[in-house]
Amino acid sequence: MADHPSLSIGILITLAWRNLWRNYRRTLIMLAAIVVGVWAMILFSAMMRGMLDEMVHAGLRVLPGEAQIHHPQYRDDPSIANSLDAPQGELLQALNTPPITAWTSRVKVPGMISSERDNRGVLLLGVDPAGEIALGFQRENIVEGRFLESSEDKGIVIGRKLAERLETQLGKRVVIMSQSPDNEVVDKGVRIVGIYKARLQATEEFFVYVGRSHLQKMLLVGDQVSEIAMTADNYQDVDKWWPDIAAVAGAQTSTEPWMKLDGYLNSMLEVQGNMNIVIMVVIFMALSFGLVNTLVMAVFERIREIGLMMALGMQPLWILYQVLLESLMLLALGLVVGNLLAAITILPLESGIDISIVGEGLEMAGMGSMLYPTLAWQDMLMSTAVVLVLGLLASLFPAWRASRYNPTEALGKI
Amino acid sequence: MSAVSCKNLCKTFHQGDQIIKGLDDVTIAINKGEFVCLSGPSGSGKTTLLNAMGGLDAPDSGEILVGDHRVDQLSKGKLADMRLQNIGFVFQAYNLIPVLTAQENIEFVMQVQGLPKSERRQKSKAILEEVGLAGHEDRRPAQLSGGQQQRVAVARAIVSDPTLVLADEPTANLDSVSAAQLMALFSSLNAERGVTFVIATHDQRVMEYCRRIIRMEDGKIIADEQQAGRGAGK
Repeated sequence: MADHPSLSIGILITLAWRNLWRNYRRTLIMLAAIVVGVWAMILFSAMMRGMLDEMVHAGLRVLPGEAQIHHPQYRDDPSIANSLDAPQGELLQALNTPPITAWTSRVKVPGMISSERDNRGVLLLGVDPAGEIALGFQRENIVEGRFLESSEDKGIVIGRKLAERLETQLGKRVVIMSQSPDNEVVDKGVRIVGIYKARLQATEEFFVYVGRSHLQKMLLVGDQVSEIAMTADNYQDVDKWWPDIAAVAGAQTSTEPWMKLDGYLNSMLEVQGNMNIVIMVVIFMALSFGLVNTLVMAVFERIREIGLMMALGMQPLWILYQVLLESLMLLALGLVVGNLLAAITILPLESGIDISIVGEGLEMAGMGSMLYPTLAWQDMLMSTAVVLVLGLLASLFPAWRASRYNPTEALGKI
Repeated sequence: MSAVSCKNLCKTFHQGDQIIKGLDDVTIAINKGEFVCLSGPSGSGKTTLLNAMGGLDAPDSGEILVGDHRVDQLSKGKLADMRLQNIGFVFQAYNLIPVLTAQENIEFVMQVQGLPKSERRQKSKAILEEVGLAGHEDRRPAQLSGGQQQRVAVARAIVSDPTLVLADEPTANLDSVSAAQLMALFSSLNAERGVTFVIATHDQRVMEYCRRIIRMEDGKIIADEQQAGRGAGK
């Protein structure tokens, strides 16, 4: 006897497509469920992506820099003793070469700030204002007075909340105090020239800005700095370039990307990324029951027809393919419409959704009052993969059942 | 030469605690070009024998030979192939695939056989004309009368020149005029194309067309008679 005839895909496509529309109401209801499911998956992912993006940006804005260079001991002991030389030579050249778009160096040491009424532990940031602005400090955040004008600026810029705690105000003098490399207490009286606002109260209370040269002189460290911070076009691409910077920075330094510098932010990103997949799977698993039900009903209604096709010589495997193809067509239609609907819904929202009504709570998570959903092809691809894989897996049972019928039994059914 | 032969076929069914003999040591040979009726009351075993000959149902024991193929020894997939290449079926009802047109229903078997489209079109048009349904190509089964549906089923059964056509109560759902037209069609196909027909029926009008009548009762062959028959076959 001849081998099995080769699969005639044409007849399978014709049968699957026409069978799909035999009970068009049922098909449309199932299609609507898949469309809504796909749309919900992508919309949810876009919201999460926007939220995470905002969290990362907010995190990077606290102390800007997608990668930072420190003394190897600095992260364990952020004292002035663990300082670096200002960048020069090969490192300086690398910092001024793409993909690095901006960089700056800072003196960053713990210290005390005292007004005539109160005192607080703070992080003293000796900065070059031009470099900070290039890295993302926004002048609009200065709510009173001005930002520093140069690294020699003798003024201080403090947060709104810190001013409140110290019961001081713009124009008043405060004393900042820290330790020199010789462990001697050093201090200086400075005038408040600006007050800034931040998303987080903790930021306003903890970070104070002074001119870098001014702080270096106070701490008696010459040109030494605590950190060199740099940024490029996209924080997600940091892995592509930070190892090159680490190589030229040398073994006497420690270069780390933002994911390592802010472990909390990174683990949040990982958790949320995995949550996305879990939620997509859960949404579609719920839908799968509907899909299985639709296909089981469709197969049950056609038992005699399936028996007839088998009697006429159709291979059982082809029956299985036919039911799977029917499911694939339904899923593909749902995916196309669902993806289109998601794009139509999300693209206009990319300019931002005002969520200030729940803003207070979100601030605790490092987010602002605006949410910027982001339509990403990765999310569309992921939801497509989840729907196709789970959908076809769910369809296997009814398809297998259909292919297992005995022709005479099937022909004898109602 | 035999189109189909069965030797010592046995088949039992279980109905509650009862064991019913569907086929009880049936031995029969049907030659190519014969026009045969299997007759007998309900439950006599004629449909069971027809299903066994067509490889739709496996016997408990015995041998079935269709052409050169030992049907009782074939796997499920090989049985499907054997049916596809050698046997045409006409059932009592639900003969056509509802979502396909008359022409597509006729082409179904040829498409599964893998014949090219041009050949399928040519053969299906010719056979539709032969069974008197020219102009009905694009109608779906629901748009055809019962008699027309059976004619499409007959056209599908013979279009790929099978060794054997098995028909199970093909006239049961037809009025007398349609039934006579269908039997006349069977007869002429048998006479002109030499197609072997085995028809299970208890309809006396159908039996009148057959040249050989095999009578069954309780799963056994009780008579095997030749008659003149109204058909023009052998």
